[in-house]
Amino acid sequence: MNEIIRVFKAGIYKDNPVFRQILGICSSLAVTNLLLNSLVMGIGLIFVTAFSSFTVSLLRTKTPKHIRMMVQTLIISAYVIILDLFLKAYMPSMSKALGPYVGLIITNCIIMGRAEAFAQKNKPLISFFDGFIMGVGYTAVLLFIAFFRELLGFGSLFGIQILGESWVKWTLMIMPPGAFFMLGIVIWATYGLFPHEDTEKAGVKS
Amino acid sequence: MIEISPWIIFFASIFTNNMILANFLGMCSFIAVSGEIRTSLSLGQAVTFVLAATNVLNYFIYHYMLVPLGLEYLRFIVFIVVIAAFVQLVEMIIERYFETLYYSLGIFLPLITVNCAILGVSLFMIIRDYNLIQSFAFGVGSGLGWTLAIVAMAGIRNRLKGAKIPKGLEGPGITLIITGIMALAFLGFSGIVQIQ
Repeated sequence: MNEIIRVFKAGIYKDNPVFRQILGICSSLAVTNLLLNSLVMGIGLIFVTAFSSFTVSLLRTKTPKHIRMMVQTLIISAYVIILDLFLKAYMPSMSKALGPYVGLIITNCIIMGRAEAFAQKNKPLISFFDGFIMGVGYTAVLLFIAFFRELLGFGSLFGIQILGESWVKWTLMIMPPGAFFMLGIVIWATYGLFPHEDTEKAGVKS
Repeated sequence: MIEISPWIIFFASIFTNNMILANFLGMCSFIAVSGEIRTSLSLGQAVTFVLAATNVLNYFIYHYMLVPLGLEYLRFIVFIVVIAAFVQLVEMIIERYFETLYYSLGIFLPLITVNCAILGVSLFMIIRDYNLIQSFAFGVGSGLGWTLAIVAMAGIRNRLKGAKIPKGLEGPGITLIITGIMALAFLGFSGIVQIQ
């Protein structure tokens, strides 16, 4: 139980993938101009991280050391393909909107990072949980950024108009520069909120 | 689809559809590495080379192997394996025959495998349904665009060395803000050429 609480805390704020490790930045930005896209992307990512951590952990004693990166990549790709096929079949318009970014989950450093740092050394169930929580932490940041981008850029949340007709839309927020500014500000804010002694060390990994 | 001239794709992928500034691809190494102009330039060259080559390679594999066999959904696995294998091969060749090049470029090659820009370009190529020449132009253009962005960033970062940056914004934070300003500047090109 203690183990679970520790993993939970680490995933949500102590080692939150986006704040703390600036991992997986690419996909976290591209889809954040709409909340709905970010939510679907986040759920997909949770699925992939959780199950790939689980599988990597199951196979950890059977995998030869020197080819483990390749094995991990193949495991991750397999789950991403499942996700891609699922989106194509049940949400064709969403699959179109996310475009190549679903496939790019493979190169998302978070998943590989968790597989390497946690799943490789721990039992399957706790690895599954760790992957799940890491995915949730990632999704939370994604949604946070998307919330402001959609609210300021379109005046809406989940496609529902909130700010009304008189709101002057900040077109900048839905364009790429808005995403960069938003993430920069988020990193700045979280640095102040959760001071962490080894931020410099964790700052630029992979 | 409408036939787009490869030149338009080439210029668009450098300026208006820049991999980093418009598509957010290849950010990891962009933030981690862009400190020195010379290193960034070498990394950019390596990325451009690998992009151009793997894009064409993936084009052939996709259209002549996966499509006839009806295995399009396997493209993620196949592309990533092709990229990893290609990078490994290039690394071995360079190490064996071009020793000086190996020392300036070699250390970056393993980094490139996990660079999302490489996989991203191949996936964009499939989604936008480019033909062979267009794919090649897209690969080279994206690589040059990426190089342009990372070298410019290295230059700006050099200038910032003595600057007083607010605590907490140092490192990745300020890099992202600068990238945002750069992306803003690049929006100025958007009227020239456009592909989607």
